[in-house]
Amino acid sequence: MLQIRNLEKRFGTLKALQDVTLEIHSGEMVGIIGRSGAGKSTLLRCINRLGNPSAGTISWHDDPVSQLKGRALRQWQRRCGMIFQQFNLVPRLDVMTNVLMGRLSYRNTLLSLLRWFPREDRARAILTLERVEMAQFALQRADSLSGGQQQRVAIARALVQQPQLLLADEPIASLDPHNARRVMDILRRINREDGITVLCNLHTLDTARHYCDRVIGMRDGCVVFDGAPSQLDSGTVRQIYGVEHDADFNEGVTSTWLENDAAPVACTAT
Amino acid sequence: MHEAMQQKSVLDFEAAFRRERLRQRIQFLVFGLLFALATWLAADISQFTFARLWEATPRMGDYLVRTLPELHLMSLPGDIAYWYYGFDRWLKLLFDTLLIALLATLFGAIGGLLLCFPASRNLVKNYTLYFVCRRFAEITRTVPEVVYALIFVVAFGVGPMAGLLALTIHSIGAQAKLYSEANENIDENPLEGLRASGANWFQVMRFGVLPQVLPNITTYTLWRMELNIRSAAIIGFVGAGGIGQELYHAISFNYYEDISAIVLMVVFTISLIDLTSERLRHRIIGRENLT
Ligand SMILES: Nc1ncnc2c1ncn2[C@@H]1O[C@H](COP(=O)(O)OP(=O)(O)OP(=O)(O)O)[C@@H](O)[C@H]1O
Ligand SMILES: [Mg+2]
Repeated sequence: MLQIRNLEKRFGTLKALQDVTLEIHSGEMVGIIGRSGAGKSTLLRCINRLGNPSAGTISWHDDPVSQLKGRALRQWQRRCGMIFQQFNLVPRLDVMTNVLMGRLSYRNTLLSLLRWFPREDRARAILTLERVEMAQFALQRADSLSGGQQQRVAIARALVQQPQLLLADEPIASLDPHNARRVMDILRRINREDGITVLCNLHTLDTARHYCDRVIGMRDGCVVFDGAPSQLDSGTVRQIYGVEHDADFNEGVTSTWLENDAAPVACTAT
Repeated sequence: MHEAMQQKSVLDFEAAFRRERLRQRIQFLVFGLLFALATWLAADISQFTFARLWEATPRMGDYLVRTLPELHLMSLPGDIAYWYYGFDRWLKLLFDTLLIALLATLFGAIGGLLLCFPASRNLVKNYTLYFVCRRFAEITRTVPEVVYALIFVVAFGVGPMAGLLALTIHSIGAQAKLYSEANENIDENPLEGLRASGANWFQVMRFGVLPQVLPNITTYTLWRMELNIRSAAIIGFVGAGGIGQELYHAISFNYYEDISAIVLMVVFTISLIDLTSERLRHRIIGRENLT
């Protein structure tokens, strides 16, 4: 269980997170929504400790995470996989090496610097690539892939870390609807089949509704909604996204794809 | 239109625009004056006058003519053999010079690579470490090779060792500075990806930074090799080994024909290497642009 208590993050005078208190249970798939600048990325970065919280505590199964340093911190980061909107692969390395980056923290520094990984790591990497249907690209350079393919490689990199928790910071915001759906399906499967807890920042309401067990709404650094997707009525949505949408709030505004799930996806050629 | 021009945002912009342009003009004037002053001072200190330049030019011509060998069409092979009587020895010395340059480039590249990561502002949290490494690189780079060579000739005696050390130290600083500037321009997203998965600093440098800067580093290193070959020939003048030492000898003892023979050899070799290296560099850059 991930426990966040009174988390605060300041950038100078700006409070990007204020008094965030949350409990995420193991195995949940949670969507975090909110408009730009609400603090969604900041929250995930604090959990992974890419950023340091200014106040408050984060703990995972009662291990305090917010205090960790050095080796212990890196071991936490390994248990807590993360994927990004911009994929954050190393463009000039091939797909295989990019996935093996998820094994770095298991390996001796000196050997890893020589790019030496045991066979079992390569086996794990290729099997994971197979899961995300990217095995045939293993020796291709990462920058030769499309966005959707890169994101799937990034997921594979996170999975070979053997994480218990997966953080996804707007994983589909730069993808077309077809690829977005594919990536979300994979995240959902990881959550269901591997029991990995998934925390996913999403720009779009309908994605959150469709894929998540639970939705957290953020606004100006505060949690303003926390509940089942079915509890998201137009009042709460307005509260999360603010008054600009007041007149005729339309979910389509925040939608990446058509509501009709069953409809075949037409735009594979993009 | 006139009304539109009276609107507050337009007026505000116009005022800001005038201020900015005035500032630019003042800046131009101040720097122009400073530059003129500096030029005048430099000319005064070095006692430069066009009259002196004019007087010296014919003497320079005389000197050059005197270094020319006597070559006759009838006895050309014999004349050339006479001119290049020291060819074997010079070739060996030239080889020494190239070796000094190559080794210095290699050591410089290795040292520069080790030093460049802590010398990049975006790659280290510890400001003191960054500051020390960056300044060290800048200081070692600022001192010219000849000065190092003089010091090492005194310390280790006349010979190639002094030259190698001098070039190596200068190269380490210069390469560290160039490499770290390349490091500071990389895309940092991949580094975040690696950090987020628990990679340590060394691993982030190796897999996040190095692949991104490798093309730059390669071209900078080739370029350093070109520079080092030239410098290796020059620092021989202060006794740091190689062909430069021989050339200095020929000049100071007025062995006129030797001077032209050696200079020709050096120019030919350096041009050849420059051309090859330049081709190589452009090919690397070209390939980068394609992918
Ligand atoms: N490194 C930083 N330095 C200063 N301010 C920052 C930094 N990172 C984020 N912020 C500020 O913190 C606030 C929250 O940003 P955050 O990126 O978490 O929002 P977000 O909900 O992820 O928005 P988006 O949907 O645009 O990604 C914003 O006001 C942002 O400007
Ligand atoms: Mg964000």
